[in-house]
Amino acid sequence: MSTVQRNMSLTGEPPKTINGQQKIASAIGLIGLLILALALFNVDFPNKSVWLTASLTAIGGGTIWFSIAAYSNKHEGIKNDGIYFKSLTSKGFWGWILGISLTLFYVLLYWFPQYLGYVQGGDNKGVVALFDPLSKFLNGGPASQWFLYGTLYTLAILAFGIKFILKYRHNKYEKLRTYSVMFFQLGFAFIIPELMQRLNSETFSLPYYDLKNIWPLNHYNFEQYRVDDFISAGNIGIGLLIFGIASIFIITPILTYKYGKRWYCSWVCGCGGLAETAGDPFRHLSDKTQVAWKVERWVIHSVLVFVVLMTTAVVHSYLGDDTSKYWLTKDVFLISVGVFLTLVFTGVWVFKREEIQKDARIGSIAYFVIIITLIALHFTTGKTLFLFDAETLRSTYGFLIGAVFSGVIGVGFYPIFGSRVWCRFGCPMAAILGFQQRLFSRFRITTNGGQCISCGNCSTYCEMGIDVRAYAQKGENIVRSSCVGCGICSAVCPRGVLKLENGPLEKRINPNEILLGNDLDLMNYVNK
Amino acid sequence: MEHVVIIGNGIAGITAARHIRKLSDKKITILSAETEYFFSRTALMYVYMGHMRCQDIEPYESWFWEKNRLELKKAYVERVDTDNKTLFFKEGGSISYDKLIIASGSVTNTFGWEGLDLNGVQGLVNKQDLETLEKNAPNNKACPHAVIIGGGLIGVELAEMLRTRDIKVTMLVREEGFWANVLPLPEAEMISQHIISHGVNLKHLSNLEKIIGDADGNVKAVITKEGEEIPCSIVGITTGVKPNISFLKNSKIETDRGILVNRKLETNIKDVYAIGDCAQQREPIGLRPAIEAVWYTGRMMGEALAQTICGNHFEYNPGNWFNSAKFFDIEYQTYGWVFSEERRKDYEEQFHWKCRSNLRAVTVSYHKETREFLGINTFGIRMRHEVFDRWLNEKRGVEYVIKNLSQANFDPEFFSRYEKEIANEFSSITQLATS
Repeated sequence: MSTVQRNMSLTGEPPKTINGQQKIASAIGLIGLLILALALFNVDFPNKSVWLTASLTAIGGGTIWFSIAAYSNKHEGIKNDGIYFKSLTSKGFWGWILGISLTLFYVLLYWFPQYLGYVQGGDNKGVVALFDPLSKFLNGGPASQWFLYGTLYTLAILAFGIKFILKYRHNKYEKLRTYSVMFFQLGFAFIIPELMQRLNSETFSLPYYDLKNIWPLNHYNFEQYRVDDFISAGNIGIGLLIFGIASIFIITPILTYKYGKRWYCSWVCGCGGLAETAGDPFRHLSDKTQVAWKVERWVIHSVLVFVVLMTTAVVHSYLGDDTSKYWLTKDVFLISVGVFLTLVFTGVWVFKREEIQKDARIGSIAYFVIIITLIALHFTTGKTLFLFDAETLRSTYGFLIGAVFSGVIGVGFYPIFGSRVWCRFGCPMAAILGFQQRLFSRFRITTNGGQCISCGNCSTYCEMGIDVRAYAQKGENIVRSSCVGCGICSAVCPRGVLKLENGPLEKRINPNEILLGNDLDLMNYVNK
Repeated sequence: MEHVVIIGNGIAGITAARHIRKLSDKKITILSAETEYFFSRTALMYVYMGHMRCQDIEPYESWFWEKNRLELKKAYVERVDTDNKTLFFKEGGSISYDKLIIASGSVTNTFGWEGLDLNGVQGLVNKQDLETLEKNAPNNKACPHAVIIGGGLIGVELAEMLRTRDIKVTMLVREEGFWANVLPLPEAEMISQHIISHGVNLKHLSNLEKIIGDADGNVKAVITKEGEEIPCSIVGITTGVKPNISFLKNSKIETDRGILVNRKLETNIKDVYAIGDCAQQREPIGLRPAIEAVWYTGRMMGEALAQTICGNHFEYNPGNWFNSAKFFDIEYQTYGWVFSEERRKDYEEQFHWKCRSNLRAVTVSYHKETREFLGINTFGIRMRHEVFDRWLNEKRGVEYVIKNLSQANFDPEFFSRYEKEIANEFSSITQLATS
């Protein structure tokens, strides 16, 4: 009799525990975290810059060493061995522990920063105080809980980015994409805005602005205090404001038309950046059922409607009525929004009608009618725009979507729901880009004729929960609004069936032009 | 309403069922003794390797069957009575049919070696084999050493699986290179080297004599014809597969190695058809073997037969040959015919290119006299099915194919390209030959 305990079902055994080097590297990384934890519990470190450097170096260095030890002695290729046997990556004990810890961290961050040691207008304490030296070095002022978060976030993308690059070192697409998100996070999301703070003085003030963070992901970009700051900051401020608007209406549509939404979601975006690097070990946990897809479409588009209403109401609330003071009055703005939405709605309905599924038709008509009715009601009866006061809409959105959805659920639940929950179900930016990608883009994932063996690696490792196999096994190209173009389905395919491509719009979707290996006469009948 | 009964829920049977449903309202029942739901057989390895769970290798969600009115029944058909159009189950009970499709697939092929009945000797064809492997080789403490007999597609999969649990693997291969009865030797040698680099003890020109066991009936070692004794805890038999037709022994359905069918996939009995791995063409089609035990051909036969069943009489008429596999980290695709040394036709000439990394290679085969392009093997470079299918139909010359090879590239964006290198090498070789 063997002494090995066997499970009842086909669950398998872990291939092996981590090797010696990985153990040392883990210990170093955990010591780095321990320093932060001690600071959190108000252990007062004497020389904060030394301890902070030690902590961040240990966390980053430990992660990188761990990755080198994990991958460098192995062949280049797919490294998914044992993912479903490890507790951390298969919703086991350690997965839940990590999920709960991350969630608690987000709760403190959003609602109880005082427990992290943040003191508004006074000397910081706890772990936030530990970050003061770095904050002073970069932006000249003391740290806030957001500075701490930004630093750790950037560190995670950099360290786990290197891990990802080592893991996929045979795949140039994956490497370049990861260098790109690391660059944008470090430069655009972290260093540049921090340095910009230094320019601020009594007479000149720019809001904290991550240039790549586009409305509606950056849902607060057009709030009054920011717009006031932009306008009062002269040419630079106006330039930034125009850039913010152009990003939505000009830059984004052009890039999405040419390359699909991947240019943003998996090459630039910070949320995507974290999901692709630190979230990579959890990508297979996304729900692939058709029910999940239906829920996804309703939820993400509802968030989009919510953010449009909220932003419209907020902007509307601070605009004036007097045309002689400024051309953009409340009414001009509201009518413009109405006209724009009507144009988009009619355009799609006229040109792309056949491509819209039944539930999308119902949803789009319903939402369109509701919005236009509300605007009309406002003009005819003078009721509060969108029934709620702008400030209520703003704060509700900030709480529900900005904090709970994108932070607590989006990242805290990585080890339970997978890495792209926010991007898939919540992000209104992804909804807009996805809408363009589905209807007006050259991007598609091409299926290689009849070579699919229905193995399921593509669907399993799709972080967006797309059932890639359902298309590939029929020889169909994959054109889905949610696809972020991470390229992993193509990477894990054992038979070379999938390729991310930009190509002509003609035959982009090919349900009837399939080559599964039979003679062409038969294929005509099969397609009938 | 006509009742179509399908024996076997693999790719052939399920494809037939799906297409019959698309075309008609017939009552469809699918029988399987293996699993409740259809799964991808080629993906079994990934369950043992921990890449996917069992449910992940099932291509359809469970609601799919009811929604499409495909009745599933888990039962083993023991006897087929074609006179009364009735099937009898081992578990008791029976089912009658109007039309019967046999898609019962394959079982492990063995050569009657001594010791095949010992515990720990197994193949890797069905779900039960996977369960047995999980029991026999859960880790390298319970199973420190495995021996695999046969160098083919299943053999290399089994080796890759076992290596993910750090089990020592010895592979006995009859030829002087891996899968050299199918691959041209330069490629077979490259793959052999790659397998060895993954820590597999690959023994070429090595044959099994017998398997010996201990007092409890467990495997202890194998002895090779060359006289070597290799101790081991499990023995993987991967010397090919053969049609799973033993349940037809006492039926009137005519069989040889497989169930004999004509081009319409009809057996000798009216209203009884056979598709997939278990079918054997009376007259082989083109250069294809009479029994094609390949995922793709099973699917193609299912599509073709569904038309016939629904009154649209169709011959199974496969297009150009294609296939694919993966050997550890090296992907393989083939389009058209590229033969190994032992099967090569007199008119077939081959051009081999190999990358310095030893991870990529291309073999282009063409007609010696007419220089017509006959087929391509590609390793480590993905190529487009559609393009080669077209070039083969258009009977393009080899020079054209080499010159336009970049059109066929299917590697992900930003990958290094090798078409120039390939073309240069081809022209330098052909110039040598002509000068």
